Amino acid sequence: MAKPLLEFTDRGIYCEQGKFYIDPWKPVDDAEITHAHADHAYWGHKRYLAHHLSREVLLYRLGEINLQTIEYGETIVKNGVKISMFPAGHVIGSAQIRVEYKGVVWVVSGDYKTEDDGISTPFEPVKCHHFISECTFGMPVYTWKPQSQIFEDVNGWWKSNIEHGLATVIVGYSLGKAQRILQNLDLNLGKVYTHGVIENTNEALRRNGVILNPTERITSESSKEAVRKGIIIAPPSSVGTPWMRKFGPYSFGYCSGWMAIRGAKRRRAADRGFVMSDHADWDGLVSAIDATDCECVYLTHGYTATFTRYLNEIGFNAREVHTLYGGEEEDAEAAPQPSPGERELIAEDKDEHPSKVLSFGEDLGEAKKGAKT
Amino acid sequence: MKAFANLFLALDETNKTNEKVKVLKDYFTSVPDTDKMHMLALFTGRRPKRQINATLIRTWAIEASNIPQWLFEESYHVVGDLAETMSLLMPASESSSSKSLTEWIAEINNLADKNEEEKKLWLMESWAMLDSQERFVFNKLLTGSFRIGVLQNLVVKALADVTGIEAPALTHRIMGKWMPEDYTYEQLVQEQTASDDISRPYPFFLAYPIQETSEKQKSAEDLHLALGDASEWQAEWKWDGIRAQMIKRDGEIFIWSRGEDLATEKFPELHPFLYDLPDGTVLDGEILSFSNGKPLPFNVLQTRIGRKNLTKKILAESPVATIVYDCLEYGREDIRHKTQSERRQVLEKLQSQTSDPETFRISSLIQFDTWQQLETQREQSRAMIAEGIMLKRKSATYQVGRRRGDWWKWKIDPLSVDAVMVYAQKGHGRRADLYTDYTFAVWDGDKLVPFAKAYSGLTDAEINKVDYFVKRNTLEKFGPVRTVKPELVFEIGFEGINKSSRHKSGIALRFPRILRWRHDKPKEEADTLESLKALLEIGYEDETPD
Repeated sequence: MAKPLLEFTDRGIYCEQGKFYIDPWKPVDDAEITHAHADHAYWGHKRYLAHHLSREVLLYRLGEINLQTIEYGETIVKNGVKISMFPAGHVIGSAQIRVEYKGVVWVVSGDYKTEDDGISTPFEPVKCHHFISECTFGMPVYTWKPQSQIFEDVNGWWKSNIEHGLATVIVGYSLGKAQRILQNLDLNLGKVYTHGVIENTNEALRRNGVILNPTERITSESSKEAVRKGIIIAPPSSVGTPWMRKFGPYSFGYCSGWMAIRGAKRRRAADRGFVMSDHADWDGLVSAIDATDCECVYLTHGYTATFTRYLNEIGFNAREVHTLYGGEEEDAEAAPQPSPGERELIAEDKDEHPSKVLSFGEDLGEAKKGAKT
Repeated sequence: MKAFANLFLALDETNKTNEKVKVLKDYFTSVPDTDKMHMLALFTGRRPKRQINATLIRTWAIEASNIPQWLFEESYHVVGDLAETMSLLMPASESSSSKSLTEWIAEINNLADKNEEEKKLWLMESWAMLDSQERFVFNKLLTGSFRIGVLQNLVVKALADVTGIEAPALTHRIMGKWMPEDYTYEQLVQEQTASDDISRPYPFFLAYPIQETSEKQKSAEDLHLALGDASEWQAEWKWDGIRAQMIKRDGEIFIWSRGEDLATEKFPELHPFLYDLPDGTVLDGEILSFSNGKPLPFNVLQTRIGRKNLTKKILAESPVATIVYDCLEYGREDIRHKTQSERRQVLEKLQSQTSDPETFRISSLIQFDTWQQLETQREQSRAMIAEGIMLKRKSATYQVGRRRGDWWKWKIDPLSVDAVMVYAQKGHGRRADLYTDYTFAVWDGDKLVPFAKAYSGLTDAEINKVDYFVKRNTLEKFGPVRTVKPELVFEIGFEGINKSSRHKSGIALRFPRILRWRHDKPKEEADTLESLKALLEIGYEDETPD
C-alpha cells in the first residue's frame, strides 16, 4: 500500500512528498498554519504559510517570522503537492488546508464552526478523500442556539446591569470570541472598553484591514466611572485578577461552549455563562463531515473516542488520532505558548532525525517521552 | 413550573448571597401559596415519591433523544448529572405548558396507580411540552435527585424577610415530618406550639472548628487569646458517631439524625429508655456502637446504617447506645434559652433517673483548670475513640445552625500517609468532566496496592493540573475510570484505620482526604502497606487503653 499523503507524527501532521507540516507543535522547516491560535501556531519554525488575514496577528504573537500569506482558493505547489486554503469560519483568517497530490485530496480542518458569525469568512465544505477534523464538542449534549438568540441575552444582561448600577465584564478569548462579541453588541447601550491583550489583537486585525467597531483600550488613566457605564471585553486570564476587581461591583459573563453544562458553568463561578463557541456543535460536526463526501475521516482533539465510534456506527469510516491541539476554548491565554526562555530550549531541541510516525490511538504523553530518549 | 425553572436558573446565575436571597424573595412573592410550600419542601429535602423507576426513565429518555444507549451513557459521564443529561439530549420542545409546580407534582403523584404504558405516554407528552430549563427541574423532580444543600439558610432568610417571622423560628417550623400536601403556608406563618407536630425536632446547634486546618495548630496560649478564661468553658470528648435528636412527646418517640432523617426504627436499642422519659423531653447526643461499655470505631456503626433490615446478627455485632450531651426540651418546655450549665443540670437529673444507664449515657465532662491541662488531655483523644475535644461556653444558649462563638470543636490531627495516584475518575456537579476522584496506592514490595479513594482537598487550580496530567498520562480506560501512570504523590489524611476484608489492601480508612500534593516526593518515596498496617496495630491497642 502506498504511503498516505499526510501522516501523523510527533511533530504534527506531515506531508513527506511536499516536505511540510500542518500546525506542527515542534520546530520544523516548513509550517502551514490553519489559524493563529497558540495551540496551532507555535513559535520556532523556519517558514510559515497562512491566510492573509492571519498575517498581523501571527506577527504580533510570534514576532519576526518568515511568513508567506495567501488568499482562500489560491493554490501554491510544493514538490508537486498542491496546497490551498478554504474558510473554516472559526476566527478571522482561519482556514482549512487542502492538500492534493496525484488526484488524492486531503483536507485538514483546523478548528471550525459551521454557523456564520458575521465576522469570520463563513465555513465552506471542501470535497475530499481524507478529512482530518477537530471534534472539540463531539458529544450530543453540545448543541448551540443561533447566535442572534445568544446576543439577545448578552445585550439584555448588559442593559440590566446598567439599570442596576453594575459594571459589565464579558470574557472571551482574545482572538475570535472578543471580535465576535464586539461586532454583535448593541452599541446604543454604551461604549466598548477592552483589556490590553484584546486591544492588541484588535489593532493587529485593523492593521490587516479588518473593520471592527470602535473600542477603547483600558489604561491606568481610564476613568473608572466611564468604564463602568460601558461594557468591558476581557480575556479569560483576567478573571479574578486585581485588574478586574477594580471595576466592581460588576457582573461577569463568560462566553464558551463549555457553558452548556451546568457543572462547568458553576466551576467558572461566572455570574452569567453564555453558551457561545467558535467550534462546531454536534450537529455542525456531523453535517460538515458529511458534506466532504470523504472516504475516511480522522478525528483529532476533543471527544475523539466517542465521536469516532458514533461516526462508524452511522456509516462513516472514522479513525481517532492524537494531536496536541485543543486548549484555547478552556484555558485560553494559558495555552501552550512557550515563554521566551523556553523558546530557546525548543529551538535547541530541534534535531535533524526524521519524525517518528505515530500509530492511530497511540498515547501522546508516552510518544513525547519516547521521542526524547 | 416556569417560575420554578426560572428560580433555579436565576439561583445558578449568581454567586452572591444577597442576589440569591432577592431571587428567592421574588419567587415567594410571585407564586401561589401551594407552590411556595412545594418549593420549601423540595429545598428542604422533602421530595415527591419516585413514581417511575430510574431504569424506565433512562430507557424512555434514550428513546426520546434518538441516540444509541452507549452514547447516552457517555454523555452522562460528561455532564455528571442524569436529569441534566436527559434535558440536553432531547430535541427542542414543540409546545409549551402553563401548569404550576403544584399541578406537576400532583400529576407525578397520580402516577402511582398507572400502568407502565400510561406512565410512558404521560412522560413523553410532558417532555414534549417543556423547554430545556423546565425539563431539567422536571427531571430532577422525577428522579428524586433534588439536592440543594447549603441553600436552605438562604431560603429561610428570604422567607423571614417576606413573612416578618424571625429566621430561627422559621428554621424550626420547617423541620419535622411535614409534606406540602398537609402543611399549608397559612399554618407555617401562624403562631405555633410544640403540639402542632409532636415529631418536630429543633434545629441542631453546630460547632465551628477552632483551628481551620491541621496545619494551623492552636496552642494553649492561642486558646486563651481566642476564648478567654478556661473557667468559663466546659469540655467534653468529641464522639465519632451519628449526631441525633431524641424526642419523647405524648407517649411517642422520634429519633432524628442531623441530615433531618427520621431514624427511629434504625435504633431499637434506644427505644426502652426513650419511652421511659417524661413526656415533653428532647435530648441531643451522639449514637455510637458500644461493646463492653466502650465505644467502637465508626466503621462498626457504619455497617448497620444504610441497611434496610436490622438482622439479629447486625444487632449483635454492632449494638448501639447514645452519649447524650444536651437537653433542649424538658417538661414540655423549650429550654434552649437556658445556659449550657443549667441545661447540663437538667440532663444530669434526667440521666440519673434512667433505668438503662448503659444505653442512656451522659457525655462526661473533662476536668481541667487551664488550657495547658486541656491540651495535654486532648492527646488522649485517640485512646478514648474520640475525634478530639468539644468546647462549650458555660453561659451558652442552644443556638440554630453553625455559629461562631460558644461551641467549638478542637479536633486531633489526622493520621497521614504519602501515596501515589493510580486511578482517576471524573467528578460530578461542578466538577463534571474533570478528573477529580482519585484512587491512591502504597508500596507492597515493588507493587503499588490501591488502598483509598479521596475526592477533596485540592484547590481548583491543582485539580486542573491533575486533570491535565491524567488526560495525557492514561494507561488504560475502563468506562469512566482511567488507570494513570503512577507518578504523582499526595499526602493523604484520615481519621482512623481498620482491617477490611472487602479491600485488596486489607485495610479501610475513615474520612480519607488529600492534605497536600507532594511535588517534592518521587513515587519511590511513597509509604508502604507495611507502615499503614503498623498504624493498624497501634489502633487496636488503643481500643483497650487500660
